[in-house]
Amino acid sequence: MNALRALLSHDLPRSRLLAALLILIVAALALTPFAFPGTRALNVAAKILVFIVLVGSYDLLLGYTGIVSFAHTMFFGIGAYGVAIASSRLAPGFGALAIGIGGALALSLLLALVIGLFSLRVKAIFFAMITLAVAAAFQGLASQLSDFTGGEDGLNFRLPELLSPSTGFTEEPFLGASIDGRLLSYYLLFVTAAVLVLALLRIVNSPFGRVLQAIRDNDFRAEAIGYRLVTYRTLSTLLAAVFATLAGALLAIWLRYNGPDTSLSFEIMLDILLIVVIGGMGTIYGAVIGSALFVLAQSYLQDLMRVGAAAVEGVPVLSQLIAPERWLLWLGVLFVLAVYHFPNGLVGRLRQGRRAS
Amino acid sequence: MSAPIASDAVPKARFDLIPLLLIAAVALAALPLVGSATSWATLTLAGLAMGLIIFVIASGLTLVFGLMDVLNFGHGVFIALGAFVATTVMGAMGGFVASPSLGANLVAVGVAALTGMVAAAALGLVFERVLVRPVYGMHLKQILITMGGMIIGEELIKLVWGAQMIPLQPPESLRGALLLGDVAIEKFRLLAVAVGLVVFAALLWLLNRTKLGLLIRAGVQDREMVESLGYRIRRLFVAVFVAGSALAGLGGVLWGLYQQSVMPQIGAQVNTLLFIVIIIGGLGSTLGCFAGALLVGLMANYCGFIAPKAALFSNIGLMVAVLLWRPQGLYPVSQR
Amino acid sequence: MSPPLLRLEGVHTHIGAYHILHGVDLDVPEGEVTMLLGRNGAGKTTTLRTVMGLWRASAGRVLLEQRPIQALPTPEIARADIAYVPENMGIFGALTVRENLLLAARRARSLDELDTARLEWLFGLFPALRKFWLYPAGKLSGGQKQMLAIARAMVEPRRLLLIDEPTKGLAPAIINKLIEALQEIKRGRDGMRATVLLVEQNFMVARALGDRVAVMDDGRVVHAGRMAELAGDEALQQRLLGLSLAAHQ
Repeated sequence: MNALRALLSHDLPRSRLLAALLILIVAALALTPFAFPGTRALNVAAKILVFIVLVGSYDLLLGYTGIVSFAHTMFFGIGAYGVAIASSRLAPGFGALAIGIGGALALSLLLALVIGLFSLRVKAIFFAMITLAVAAAFQGLASQLSDFTGGEDGLNFRLPELLSPSTGFTEEPFLGASIDGRLLSYYLLFVTAAVLVLALLRIVNSPFGRVLQAIRDNDFRAEAIGYRLVTYRTLSTLLAAVFATLAGALLAIWLRYNGPDTSLSFEIMLDILLIVVIGGMGTIYGAVIGSALFVLAQSYLQDLMRVGAAAVEGVPVLSQLIAPERWLLWLGVLFVLAVYHFPNGLVGRLRQGRRAS
Repeated sequence: MSAPIASDAVPKARFDLIPLLLIAAVALAALPLVGSATSWATLTLAGLAMGLIIFVIASGLTLVFGLMDVLNFGHGVFIALGAFVATTVMGAMGGFVASPSLGANLVAVGVAALTGMVAAAALGLVFERVLVRPVYGMHLKQILITMGGMIIGEELIKLVWGAQMIPLQPPESLRGALLLGDVAIEKFRLLAVAVGLVVFAALLWLLNRTKLGLLIRAGVQDREMVESLGYRIRRLFVAVFVAGSALAGLGGVLWGLYQQSVMPQIGAQVNTLLFIVIIIGGLGSTLGCFAGALLVGLMANYCGFIAPKAALFSNIGLMVAVLLWRPQGLYPVSQR
Repeated sequence: MSPPLLRLEGVHTHIGAYHILHGVDLDVPEGEVTMLLGRNGAGKTTTLRTVMGLWRASAGRVLLEQRPIQALPTPEIARADIAYVPENMGIFGALTVRENLLLAARRARSLDELDTARLEWLFGLFPALRKFWLYPAGKLSGGQKQMLAIARAMVEPRRLLLIDEPTKGLAPAIINKLIEALQEIKRGRDGMRATVLLVEQNFMVARALGDRVAVMDDGRVVHAGRMAELAGDEALQQRLLGLSLAAHQ
């Protein structure tokens, strides 16, 4: 029990329901290849893993440090492109992956440093607006440098042999899943994501993390006590960038493809915002639950809505509102309600419920 | 004005012309870079038209921020609504649109613009009441909730008009260009420039010659003091917000006709440009917004011609350059 | 005895987690200047702001002519003809002197509707205003800004003036000018004496202007009475204000 507590850096769920949900999600993700056979399920699970890390990194920035940045997808994209470019230009292999990820991290750190230092020169509102512009510019850049990045079409590439889907390890499927490179890739993602999430928990529960929260709550006071805001905010930006870059690398490894829309689009930034707010800012667990719910909804809710739409077909406004394409509308409404009524998101609500009882 | 001024009264403060001169400088600097005078003329007109349309849209945004410290990340939804309403109205006024008479055409555009403004104003009222008012004073929540509002708005627009791009042609006599020597002057762009200048003049008159304008200018600097003087600034804010939304709607109509097409993402696309403009201009300053918008419009068009690949960065580069020179924007406003 | 123009009864004010006013009881009689004294942090500014509605009283009542105003929004309180001159003066720097005064004149829709006689009276008190009429107020010196702030509060007849540390940071020569102007304001116009609640740290100024005095400490009024009384009692001054009168000269 103590080992578990230490693993989670003493940041327990503090709510039976939340703990149950988390265990459910982790178990489901761990067993997906066996419990939910089929490519689609595996793809959904992989996407959930990637988003958990990506949104978790954003929670570090927004939830714990209080920095609103719209340029987060930039780091995500750098990680993905790093893997993609290295694997297409060099011979596919773990060496290429290492170089790609290393290069991506270097670039991300550099950009994060610039952004972090800049964020203190300007007020928060300015900063948010400027990151919006920077993200748009970066996305445009990726499309423009087609020689390097494959332009609008993106880059397809091959993975090291071990992770390649065509590599089989056993003749017969085991417990319903074929043991091949794809499976190995999936578990690579799973283990990496798990490690990264635990690392995030460690960071936010460390003295460093506590200072971040102090700065978020009252930066004037924190500065008066003697903490240098520049240092902490910049470090937080750097860390968030690192995690986001790694998430991007994971995405690219899974998709074996990357393009400007895959990782740099503004829709992804909006998705991150939606998840972190609905899940619960400043909790990390919010990113886990939120990502799982969001990606599941994105993938399967539309089917549900299609069924629903068929049921109310013919009814004028209702059928339009339940049409599967409208799922973003409902998400938007949920988002607005979450911002206003559930400031700590789902996780906050669950934790509150426990204390109230 | 009654003149209790003594003969030795200190004169009015000198007007800061530098940013306006900067605009002229940019235009002139572009001439040798563009090469041909005729292309330059076309680009400049396009830049001015685009700039003025952006000004019309952004003017509301900057005043709302200056006055109540509210940053509406969803301002784009008013643009989109205006544009889409225009498609419906102009579609319904087919006769006026197709007529070769300038008068009839202007009526069509006028009605479309008016309807767009009313629709956007109505949406603005709802937006303010439902989304903005509850999170007054909380910047983070404002950013998030107004973005959420934009998502919802965009989806509702898709609900009514569909998710596809809809073409929007200017009416008959406003298509094409006038020829002045070798220079092609697009007729619609002339109209956009005219409308933009009228809006600018009207705003300046309102702000500088009326007590309402005085109230707004004072409120931008020190809201609390204006309340302490007995003015119910909350009502003023709603009025400014709604007016700003209406202007955005008008801008949307113009933008749609300028681009000759309309799509639900119009709002999100223009958003980035808007923020660059109001940052350059100085949050809360109408004159700054005007100068910033013209600069951005001109830069976008010149760079699009001279160095298309760098066009994206030209605006960000411009913003960085201006901020390095004047960190509070071209015409800094508040004493915060 | 007629009821006071302004009365605070057991007023508590919290700012966030901080409990600043711990039950303030204060009477401001009509037609007199009441000085509010006390050290830094005693709660003087908070009291004025609470009366003005800029900060909500968490308990107690604020009565203007026996009408409770503690729950009213600030603009309504101002419309009850209470004028407020804050510590930072609240001047609109980018607006001209003329525009600042015009804004403060609620009933005037334009400059022509300003009471010229009253304006002339104000120019008499503060000649700089006439000189800098079209000048952006932000470019005025500290003393001139303070005069503008007070003139603004007087541009139309008001029942009550709340003034917060008008002499703070000003040179002695300017302070004297200000005292003269405030004494004339105190005498009033058209036979109407002004009612003023004035916060001051400078006891010299307080003595020159005040009819009554209230001393605050730790969010409470610890002494209230006639100014003449306090001015004559050095031991009391020592006890309440920590320094004798001589030290302020």
